[in-house]
Amino acid sequence: MTTDLSSLEADLLAQVAGAADEAALESLRVAALGKKGAVSDLLKTLGGMSPEERKERGPLINGLRDRVQGALLDRRETLAAAALEARLAAERIDVTLPVREGPETRGRIHPISQVIDEITAIFGDMGFSVAEGPDIETDELNFTALNFPEGHPAREMHDTFFLPPGRDGRRKLLRTHTSPVQVRTMRAQRPPIRVICPGRTYRHDSDQTHTPMFHQIEGLVIDSSATIAHMKWVLEEFCKAFFEVDSVKMRFRPSFFPFTEPSAEVDIQCSRKGGEIRFGEGDDWLEILGCGMVHPNVLRHCGLDPDAVQGFAWGMGIDRIAMLKYGMPDLRPFFEADARWLDHYGFRPLDIPSLVGGLTG
Amino acid sequence: MKFTVSWLKDHLDTAAPVAEIAETLTRIGLEVEGIADKAADLAPYRIAAVLTAEQHPNADRLRVCTVDVGDGPPVQVVCGAPNARAGMRSVFAPPGTYVPGKNITLSVGTIRGVESRGMLCSGAELGLSEDHDGILDLPADAPVGQPYAVWAGLDDPVIEINLTPNRPDCTSVHGIARDLAAAGLGSLKRGAAPPLRGEGSAGIAVTRDFAAGDEGLCPLFALRRVRGVRNGPSPEWLRRRLAAIGLRPINALVDITNYVTFDRGRPLHVFDAAKVTGDLVVRRARAGEELLALDGRTYRLDDDTVVIADAAGPESIAGIMGGEHSGCDESTTDVLIESALWDPLAIARTGRRLGIVTDARYRFERGVDPAYAVPGLDLATRMVLDLCGGSASEAVVSGAMPENERIIDFPWTEVRRLSGLDLPRPEMKVTLETLGFHVAGTGDRVKVLPPSWRPDVEGKADLVEEIVRIAGLDRIEAKPLPRIDAAVIRPVLTVLQKRTRLAKRELAARGLTEAVTWSFIARDEALAFGGGRPELALANPIAADLSDMRPSLIPGLLKAAQRNADRGLPDVALFEVGQCFASDEPEGQTMKAAALRRGTARHGGAGRHWDGAAATVDAFEAKADALALLTALGVPTGGLQVAAGGPDWLHPGRSGTLQFGPRNPVGVFGELHPRVLKALDVRGPVVAFEIVLDALPLPKHRPTKVKPAAKLSDFQPLTRDFAFVVGRDVAAGDILKAVQAAERNLIAGIEVFDVYEGPHVGEGRKSVAVAVRLQPAERTLTDAEIEAVSARIVAEVGRKTGATLRG
Repeated sequence: MTTDLSSLEADLLAQVAGAADEAALESLRVAALGKKGAVSDLLKTLGGMSPEERKERGPLINGLRDRVQGALLDRRETLAAAALEARLAAERIDVTLPVREGPETRGRIHPISQVIDEITAIFGDMGFSVAEGPDIETDELNFTALNFPEGHPAREMHDTFFLPPGRDGRRKLLRTHTSPVQVRTMRAQRPPIRVICPGRTYRHDSDQTHTPMFHQIEGLVIDSSATIAHMKWVLEEFCKAFFEVDSVKMRFRPSFFPFTEPSAEVDIQCSRKGGEIRFGEGDDWLEILGCGMVHPNVLRHCGLDPDAVQGFAWGMGIDRIAMLKYGMPDLRPFFEADARWLDHYGFRPLDIPSLVGGLTG
Repeated sequence: MKFTVSWLKDHLDTAAPVAEIAETLTRIGLEVEGIADKAADLAPYRIAAVLTAEQHPNADRLRVCTVDVGDGPPVQVVCGAPNARAGMRSVFAPPGTYVPGKNITLSVGTIRGVESRGMLCSGAELGLSEDHDGILDLPADAPVGQPYAVWAGLDDPVIEINLTPNRPDCTSVHGIARDLAAAGLGSLKRGAAPPLRGEGSAGIAVTRDFAAGDEGLCPLFALRRVRGVRNGPSPEWLRRRLAAIGLRPINALVDITNYVTFDRGRPLHVFDAAKVTGDLVVRRARAGEELLALDGRTYRLDDDTVVIADAAGPESIAGIMGGEHSGCDESTTDVLIESALWDPLAIARTGRRLGIVTDARYRFERGVDPAYAVPGLDLATRMVLDLCGGSASEAVVSGAMPENERIIDFPWTEVRRLSGLDLPRPEMKVTLETLGFHVAGTGDRVKVLPPSWRPDVEGKADLVEEIVRIAGLDRIEAKPLPRIDAAVIRPVLTVLQKRTRLAKRELAARGLTEAVTWSFIARDEALAFGGGRPELALANPIAADLSDMRPSLIPGLLKAAQRNADRGLPDVALFEVGQCFASDEPEGQTMKAAALRRGTARHGGAGRHWDGAAATVDAFEAKADALALLTALGVPTGGLQVAAGGPDWLHPGRSGTLQFGPRNPVGVFGELHPRVLKALDVRGPVVAFEIVLDALPLPKHRPTKVKPAAKLSDFQPLTRDFAFVVGRDVAAGDILKAVQAAERNLIAGIEVFDVYEGPHVGEGRKSVAVAVRLQPAERTLTDAEIEAVSARIVAEVGRKTGATLRG
């Protein structure tokens, strides 16, 4: 009897181990453990046994059932694992095939927009807001209110684009600088004033280093105590932040602008090695902006009393400082919309300048 | 403004080296543009003696020379100059020398088989003259071995300063010296000379013939005759000085006027008295008068031009340029020297109109020193007497110097108030006085009289500038600008500013590349895009195709796209956010955002790809860009309508207008009109959108930032599909609206998942398949309820659009 069980078990286990697939395994299960299976038949005999006999045979038969069941399960898992291996072996892709670049990878922000955002981040932190004005200006706002006397040679420093004379005989012009926004701001808003005014400007000039349209940013501070000392601080802090260097050496050279008195041009010290400009080192000077205390006549033209309020203004070329920071050798391609140039010098849409994260990440 | 260091030292007693002079000039506002030092540039060039000059064995036109260069054995040089001969003195450059006239650096060479160890040089090779004909032929006593430039007197560096228009006083070497003296670099020399007393009458009368109120055109006119002069070449020192600053020496009389112009900033004119007929009249020109000027051109004059005329007509354009007829040459024996004052604005106007740029105009339009008119005449007369001999008459002076009444009430504290710099009062006073200002009084406030040569100084701020620039702006220490409020910075950008920035980021994130194109475009382009109004056409465009202020961003982007296509990039996606112009008023300027896609430059990618090639762009790409932008900008799009059709520059059947009601269009999108593409010489396909950012509704202001509570239902949503068959012209949008109207509460989403036209739905009809997602909120819907909703949808769509369900 015991021998029978042993040989049945050996036979069943051998068959399970040899089952080739899920179907063979299932028929083995039915043959052994199904309603009429060999092991099930043995289990049924337990009911007709004496208690003593059952006590002896019961564990043997149940043990047989458990071992066969376990072997079936194990074999099933083994087969499933093998089948999965076979499937995976067949499911193979060439991961070196290129994927399409996403739109946010392809898109570009123009360096001018990026630099305006950078400048805005810096001056925004210093408490400046952004003022704007129209590109088509009156002679009064572009020149006269800014203390360019009629017919003065200083007007000739600005090669002006004119529009045809209007009904009143006066001709409008394309602003030659962003300074008219100063006047508009002072006429619209009482001091204290802290604004920057970025925008397009136009001069009748076109050669290797000039384009008839370019971008300027103007800054204006008006209150009751702003001095050249404050102006120096603002501009030095700006240059450090913008060029992302720990220190800059700046040189304030007395100069002339009709709308400031005293006036200065500002050079920044740099080194030029192999076409690369670095700030905070070297012994070359590079002119980057013009500035000065707002001329008393300009304050008067804006209805302000030059003995009661005072302040300073500055202006610089956005395109120019973009070139200095990012190394574009020429100005003209800024406006040519060559996709290759924009792809190379442009910025990714999510490169958003901020002071906490760094202007250039 | 150019001058040489030796010339400066005529006026400034200083031991400062050139570098310090230059640095000081820049520091006080006279920016040094460049220093040309020929002695330094030409240091390797030495005087040499040609010992032998033999015919080259292999070349007819070359000679083999042996040259004594002053030290070491003679050097063999192959020379091609026809004048090379034994015994001559010339200039030698050894190997390693840079040759400015040829832009090469010499090396030891072999020329037709003969070794050459250097070069004998022409004036042109040294960059000193145009003379290419032969090597320099120096006098026999030229010292062999000595630097040529020093021997030739070229060791006088030329400084060029970039003069700002407010400083007419520094159009003279004397004025520059005065500024340097004030900056502590030395002391000023050659003050005013005693007046010159001529003898006898000038024998000519001068009338200033102006209508009342016009006298300001010429407040003062002074004249002197010098009889019996011998006019010829100027002495070497004078010719050398003029040549050094780029002026061509002509003859002594003319050279003297040029010299005084630069030495003292006092332009003069000399007439050959023998060629002047009768007396002189200073007057407005008469219409139709002409003058052949010294530059050889004939100018047509008008009554806005002031001339100096004699009985025969105009002889000189006042303050700008003399006439050829009465000019001085070698035959001149009697000369009339003129020194006058002219109205700066009139000179500037005339100079501009006639297009004449002269050293005289440059000074007069900036403002010459009125007090120096007569001393300048005296200085010139002395020089004429010294260099040309003769005897001077008394001066004829008509008119008077304008009064200098610009007394400025000046509190010394003004310097600190504006500059932040605290300077000792004596230092400030010395600065002003050294610059020629007269300071009266001793207290906190003084009276300051600016010198006659400083027309630019009007008020207190100008005095602050004088004091501070001489003290040095570098002495002002930077001081933090305090915040207006001691608080965290609040947002400062306006809605439009924020939207402009965000629009750029969003469009770039959609794979578009930002372009910045000209604000002006060609007239026909402006016309094609609804612009071209006469008040927006530039009076002086820089080029014919940059003539009109743009009404739209699209023309510039189209041209840019085509340029890229021409360079082999047919699939470009470009955008611009920038200003456009509907009128010349500030309100006519709007901020627009526009994007354009060409070829297959779709949002998902362009061109062929192993995973599937991109299709050609279509109007829906542009629509998607436009709607994405509106969403990104936070525009409430609930009331947004999409109407068929757009402006003339878009394809009439493949374009749409985005609007908040028919009276509030905000933008357009679609395929570019083939006719417009042809007119602009652009090849399609191109789709584009343009949105006016100023026209977009403002975001709703909310008192708090709290968002409404999210409604997340616990019940399963379910989807029902409907295939509506409608007339071909029925808009899908109307079907969707009708679906929405049929059931207000349960519908959570509607998608159009198929549009079909073809034989299965019949001629002139189409099928629009719509999936409607229903989201029950309170309990699971029963079959009957779902059926009821479906029936309402079918009925409503049928009623609004005539749709039937597809069988």
